[in-house]
Amino acid sequence: MNKLIISIVLLNLLAACASDPKKDSAANNQTQTQTQARTMPSGNDGQGKGAAAQKAVDPLNDPSNILSKRSTYYPFDVSAVQDEDKPLVQAHAKYLSENADRRVRLEGNCDERGSTEYNLALGQRRADGVQRMLELGGAKPGQLIAISLGEEFPVAPGHDEASWKQNRRTDMTYTK
Amino acid sequence: MLRMLQGVLGLLMLVYATFSSAALDIEIIGAGENQIPVSVVPFGGDAELGVAINEVVSGDLRRSGLFRLIDPTGKSPHEPSEVEYSNWQVRGTEALVIGTVKTLPNGRIEVHFRLLDVIKQVELMGQAVTSGEGQIRALGHHISDLIYEKLTGNKGVFSTRIAYVNRQGRSYSLIVADSDGYNEKIVLAQNAPIMSPSWSPDGSHLAYVSFETGHATVYVQSLYTNQRKILANFSGSNSAPAWSPDGKQLAVVLTKDGSSQIYLIRPDGSEIRRLSFSGAIDTEPDFSPDGLSLLFTSDRGGSAQVYRMPVEGGEAQRLTFAAGSSYSPRHRPDGKSYVFTHFSGGQFFISTQDFLTGQVETLTDGGWEKKPSFAPNGKLILFASEARGRGILATVSSDGRVRQHMFTQSGDAREPVWGPYLN
Repeated sequence: MNKLIISIVLLNLLAACASDPKKDSAANNQTQTQTQARTMPSGNDGQGKGAAAQKAVDPLNDPSNILSKRSTYYPFDVSAVQDEDKPLVQAHAKYLSENADRRVRLEGNCDERGSTEYNLALGQRRADGVQRMLELGGAKPGQLIAISLGEEFPVAPGHDEASWKQNRRTDMTYTK
Repeated sequence: MLRMLQGVLGLLMLVYATFSSAALDIEIIGAGENQIPVSVVPFGGDAELGVAINEVVSGDLRRSGLFRLIDPTGKSPHEPSEVEYSNWQVRGTEALVIGTVKTLPNGRIEVHFRLLDVIKQVELMGQAVTSGEGQIRALGHHISDLIYEKLTGNKGVFSTRIAYVNRQGRSYSLIVADSDGYNEKIVLAQNAPIMSPSWSPDGSHLAYVSFETGHATVYVQSLYTNQRKILANFSGSNSAPAWSPDGKQLAVVLTKDGSSQIYLIRPDGSEIRRLSFSGAIDTEPDFSPDGLSLLFTSDRGGSAQVYRMPVEGGEAQRLTFAAGSSYSPRHRPDGKSYVFTHFSGGQFFISTQDFLTGQVETLTDGGWEKKPSFAPNGKLILFASEARGRGILATVSSDGRVRQHMFTQSGDAREPVWGPYLN
């Protein structure tokens, strides 16, 4: 049941996005997702218009599309894109090569082990590694910007591997 | 009778002073070997000022690890003629500090103090020192420096300052404080991370990393005018600023040409020159006191380790080999050794390594101990630690025997660095 509600909300969102291209970029922004879902006109159950919406919808916002995933994950002190994340990065590379107006900000993150400066460098290398793979897959350098957030912006606050593995990450954020 | 009353009053004041010093919570752990037993009698005259100065001087001497403070309770001489040496010998006191304090008509505070050798029953030093209104702590630190130098032969660092970053949720402040953590002043407050403060050799400027532009950018800020300017803002990350000893250039880490590499740059942002060419991560540069070489952290050998290279170019030499990783090297001011943090078995340890012998000495028991830096006299090390679930400042004496925790009022203290002597 929960799943159904979520997919309806997402479909509604897709419809909204299709009508307003500027909002595409924030599709992975939870807060905005909720706001938009709330402001959707009532009575739109997403069923009848689903097919039409799907056609116009950007694959970035299609939850069944691999492009809706935007993060790569790493073992400790490793910056190479892992095998399991390569299809994801390659899919984004293909998408970027086919959508030259799109821009992506790559943000490398680390867990809190190591010095802050070493982690800043490691986060940069993670982001740079994703950038290289995107470029190899056809994305143009002008579409990409790679930065590091080091250990400064942990998504999980714990001091254990369960948190650390979520924080060793590169996020691909579409800015346009 | 009057003297007895003074004694009781002094005792009450001491108790009061202990409870009123709420700005920082300080814990001292361990005891040094061959500590000098010293008693500091609250100065006469203005009793309230006397107690306040006594608290600063006693705290300074204790924190240095070189002194054992012997309670002067019950005796309160202020002039040499009032000292009965036998009373102090019985207590085990070897050095005695007495004096008087008063506020001058212009608001300045004046202290006359004497340092007495209890064993030889002679005066080692007698001085008058003054300071501006409300500068009690500065005056106390100055007295501590004079006593420390007279008794140990080394220059005191109590009047020097430290810089660190305080984090509360998403709020970050760059703080400059006295060496004991008191007298905090906010240099910069913002809602983006601040990292890696670095003192100019004359103590007039701080270089640091700020994320306010959305990525790591190096700034330089004057501590006198508060004016700040961007030093390096290339694509990718700009970080790890470190001043050369002559203040004419900084080493910074840039990713503009690929991986994190070390560059030299003038304080005005001009004349950028690349120094390292490893293709690996090279970061956390620190100039040797003679300005001829740099220590830095690199993972060129597979894990993060400490390396050294000549500033004028040439091969880098790996210095750390122990299992685990080593980070954040910083020279001892005499250039004979350096301090770093060693990560092993899930814990960080503060360690030193002697350049001549290569011998590594671990000074702490381990924990979340990062970013060590020496006091300018090389006798104390400041670092970031954790206790009671918070990031705190900590010091350890360079022999590892005396450790101190400093809890700031709130938030997490991070990225500390000890400032230079102010001449």
